[in-house]
Amino acid sequence: MELESMKALAAAISIGLGAVGPGIGIGLLAKGAMEAIGRNPEATNNIRTNLILAIAFAEALAIYALVVSLIIIFVL
Amino acid sequence: MEHHISIAAETLFHIGPIAVTNALLTAVVVTILLSVFALFAHRAFQSQKPTLFTSFVEQIIAFFYDLTESIAGKNAPIFFPLIMTFFLFIIIANWFGLLPGITGIGLEVVEHGESTVVPLFRAATTDLNATIALALISVGVTQYYGFKFLGIKKHLSKYFNADGMNSFVGILEFVGVFSGILSFAFRLFGNIFAGEVLLVVMGSLIPLVLPIPFLGLEIFVGFIQATVFAVLSLVFMSVAVEHAQ
Repeated sequence: MELESMKALAAAISIGLGAVGPGIGIGLLAKGAMEAIGRNPEATNNIRTNLILAIAFAEALAIYALVVSLIIIFVL
Repeated sequence: MEHHISIAAETLFHIGPIAVTNALLTAVVVTILLSVFALFAHRAFQSQKPTLFTSFVEQIIAFFYDLTESIAGKNAPIFFPLIMTFFLFIIIANWFGLLPGITGIGLEVVEHGESTVVPLFRAATTDLNATIALALISVGVTQYYGFKFLGIKKHLSKYFNADGMNSFVGILEFVGVFSGILSFAFRLFGNIFAGEVLLVVMGSLIPLVLPIPFLGLEIFVGFIQATVFAVLSLVFMSVAVEHAQ
């Protein structure tokens, strides 16, 4: 294959596979938070802050994959 | 119309040995805007007359002070100024790139005998240099407070100790300090740069109406990322000054 098509493929695989793990992780986090809010609605504000922080950690992994694919497309 | 996306900030002109890029120019503009805002707020509060503006400023400050206090407890007055500055700078820098037509203002630059048109403004946080600088400040200040509150010996013993299992955990935490810089920098850069790319791609697919919901999404992402950066810095700082059990 030529370099150009390899690059496109590499970028797509990078972000595609990189989004799987964080997707599952964020889903589990949100599930836990929803259940907690359902049981204890008064704690909603507290739970929301912690949820956003935890999601930021999980999402960072997807962002790493995204940065890698951006570098493949624009820099390499 | 040609859209060009470049991962590095483009150079506008040189002052001595320093290359002034469009991201640097935007960062300076944002700093000036925030300084003027602070000056106006100071004036408004000195006149002791409650106006719409003073209550607006009060709302923002009070909201974040409560958040800081809920995380940092009695250390909140020490951490609050830096955390608030992080939040305000990052959110304005993120939103600056979303202003309609802001990337349409160009400057002709002659480089290697070729003349190209370079956009004059670019959201400061879409330049990796800016986000790494912010991350270094955050991690550096965290270490400084760790040394200041616990003393040199006690703070270092968090990372280097001969205490069985804890010595291993300490080394992991030491590595974590450096990966913290990377994750701070790439999280902010990746989110905001990806947003800009998304807007350009959507705008070139269907220029009418379609980009509007994505603009809304990017406003939300800009706010969330500013909050995440500020709150994460705050959490790391308040963990660093705690005495180990």
